[in-house]
Amino acid sequence: MEFVRREAPYLTPKVNVASMMLQVLAALVPAAIAHVWYFGPGFIVNLIVATAFCVGGEALMMRARGRDPMVALSDFSAIVTAALLAFALPSLTPWWVTATGSLFAIVVVKHLYGGIGYNVFNPAMAGYVVILIAYPMEMNLWVAPRMGDIDYISLSVFQTLKYTLTGSLPEALTFDAISRATPLDAMQSGLRNLRTYAEIRTNPMMGDFGGRGWEWLGNFFAIGGAWLLVRKIIRWQIPTGVLLGLLIPAGLMYMISPGGNASPGFHLFSGATILCAFFIATDPVSAATSPKGRFFYGVGIGLLIYAIRKWGSYADGVAFAVLIMNMATPAIDHITRPHIVGHAGRGDKP
Amino acid sequence: MSAPTFDLGKLHGGLRLQAHKSTSTSEPIVQVPIPDQLVLPITQHAGDPAQPIVGIGERVLKGQLIAETDGSLGAPVHASSSGKVVAIEPWPVTRRYGEAGPCIVIECDGEDQAIEADEPFRDFTEVAPDALLTRILQGGIVGLGGAVFPTAQKLMQAITCELEFLILNGVECEPYISCDDMLMREYARETLGGAQILLHALQLDTCYIAVESDKPEAIDRLGEVLAELDDDRLILKQVPTIYPSGGEDQLVQLVANREVPSGGLPTDVGCLVQNVGTAAAIYDWVVHNEPLISRITTVTGDGVTRPVNVEARIGTTVGDVIEHVGGYTDNAELLIIGGPMTGKSVTSDRVPLVKASNCILVLSEPPSIGDEMPCIRCGDCAAVCPVQLLPQQLFWYACADNESKLRDYGLIDCIECGCCDLVCPSHIPLTANFRMAKARFQELADEKARAERARQRFEARNERLEKEKQAREDELARQKEDAKSAGADAIAEIMKRRQDKDGDE
Repeated sequence: MEFVRREAPYLTPKVNVASMMLQVLAALVPAAIAHVWYFGPGFIVNLIVATAFCVGGEALMMRARGRDPMVALSDFSAIVTAALLAFALPSLTPWWVTATGSLFAIVVVKHLYGGIGYNVFNPAMAGYVVILIAYPMEMNLWVAPRMGDIDYISLSVFQTLKYTLTGSLPEALTFDAISRATPLDAMQSGLRNLRTYAEIRTNPMMGDFGGRGWEWLGNFFAIGGAWLLVRKIIRWQIPTGVLLGLLIPAGLMYMISPGGNASPGFHLFSGATILCAFFIATDPVSAATSPKGRFFYGVGIGLLIYAIRKWGSYADGVAFAVLIMNMATPAIDHITRPHIVGHAGRGDKP
Repeated sequence: MSAPTFDLGKLHGGLRLQAHKSTSTSEPIVQVPIPDQLVLPITQHAGDPAQPIVGIGERVLKGQLIAETDGSLGAPVHASSSGKVVAIEPWPVTRRYGEAGPCIVIECDGEDQAIEADEPFRDFTEVAPDALLTRILQGGIVGLGGAVFPTAQKLMQAITCELEFLILNGVECEPYISCDDMLMREYARETLGGAQILLHALQLDTCYIAVESDKPEAIDRLGEVLAELDDDRLILKQVPTIYPSGGEDQLVQLVANREVPSGGLPTDVGCLVQNVGTAAAIYDWVVHNEPLISRITTVTGDGVTRPVNVEARIGTTVGDVIEHVGGYTDNAELLIIGGPMTGKSVTSDRVPLVKASNCILVLSEPPSIGDEMPCIRCGDCAAVCPVQLLPQQLFWYACADNESKLRDYGLIDCIECGCCDLVCPSHIPLTANFRMAKARFQELADEKARAERARQRFEARNERLEKEKQAREDELARQKEDAKSAGADAIAEIMKRRQDKDGDE
């Protein structure tokens, strides 16, 4: 009797990239719902625009590279990029800003470097940084969250869509009337104007730790992140590294001068800290690969976030911190190579 | 009685695989009758082929030596039953893809007449260790765990080292395979007897018998026999059920908490590992005079109707074995000799069962998992690698054919266990890539060796030509010198002789 030829091992893997990406997306759902609750339907509009341009950009680039677009699209990684970008955007963002960020992320950062697996930088963060620098005004239109702030103005889906597409707000509403500084902005400028931390925290927009509403978003990211850890889609090293890298210097500085520095709790629950720790820094492609390397990679991101928030000119430093550590990845990988069993005196023992 | 699981070393990574073992352990070992024809490859071991010492048409008896070693690395081959040698020819064998190898084909007469043998060593403790080693060499015994390294030579190498203890490998960590489990259940006495022989031959006083914790029946049976033997040199050790804890170096790491150096052997760290099947084979040969002419093999997978362990004569074809236990199912698409992680895929069931064949696995073709995707550097492969390699980096360098980086990242330390393949979300055949890269290393080394030989030949030739030239010049100079020293008279005489000669013509 005749049989087919195959190569060992003959058992097949039960995991695939598409299911990993879908689980990442699933883990973002609680935070997405929370985002819509606190900041209005803008997130959904942004997500749709970002997804359309990320997926479209990927399809065009695959075609331009002479490959089957379905191969790339079926792994859902472009949608993950779109989702992460959408979480980074203010809820009211003109469509062309989102489109620029999406296309830069997918076309330049992902596909010009060779597509999934070959990109040096985190596509979503690179796309975000480009629009942050190019359109500073549009990127600062954060509406106040539906919590605690008496000035909360709810825009309907239609009004949101209209702003996104045409840039025009409903009559009697101005840009200034609905936009609010983010808690991180308020904290950074407050501290620099020599107001104390305690003083700044008396602002009604501040919640238990971070900003009202904002801090709840952090909780939902943490829930999704914990689920990814349980599912082993991500490992503990990067999130732990990011959080320690940020919280240790924040804690030390706060202990030294509690008036002139934000508390670690504020740093943890403000801006994109938790989103970064569980969803952005954990992008495997642009992160370090060995367990120890990943921890140091995370620590580096955490330290940089703190440094930028404390001394930089941007209120949040997540995107810059991630991109800088992306550059350091090859060096980290080289330095933190594990000990190969049987090679005495090289690297760590198992 | 159960052995403690504490004080074990730690293995990095590994996988908990679905065992699929209970299907083939539900009934006792089935004896496969002597087939009409036996096909005995002359290479059933690591090393050089054995040399046939029988002719076509010759009648051979069961246990008769039919191919012997010339003293280099290798093991002799014995006739598994009596009959007539009908051919010595290439035959598909259980190398990768069943490529052909030289075999001695015997047409059995069914009498199974055994050759008259020497007196066996009924009481091996009376025998000198050296004599035991020689005896093991003659038995054609090789490592039955899969590597088929000639046992005698392994032992002879081992006695030159500072050995501390023997480890008997009854781990059998690969899914589906259960032949060692069944051997320990049904031949525990022989297995432990083999361990005692090895301890005596090596003059050691500790033997750990390592068994995976998912074999409670085997552990119980071994415990019973150990109690009967009352030999405190034999210590049963349970190891956790994790693949690939049964790899030789991995087992040393687990049981002795020592790392076998890269490119080295367990004996470098004072351990010698022998498979339980090998120990039982040694016992049968030394005490009962039965050379290695049969073995226990697991026949299993969804491609066979009756998954079971069989004891068959070496040289029985896989097709004959499967026919005896009920044949194939409609699912039979893939024939693997060995386990599903490291076995060899063969295209024909005409291949004979050899000393190395611990499992005949017949599977349906697994459903397609789609195309290979680019590596996303998730690092799951590195997390499961028992040698702590970075498969994703190795893969990268293998694609780039970067030899120095491949060496640097430990390609040669890869044990090809296949764990990384199973966790790769991009479905990259990593192990196959590493095997190919290793083969290229070998080619490169061969090429270098050839170039080196050519260079030496060339240089030797130049040197020879130079010497010949020098010799000619020396000779000429000597003749000139002779002529000079002979003086004018001699020259005149020579000239005169010449003139006379010319005049004669």
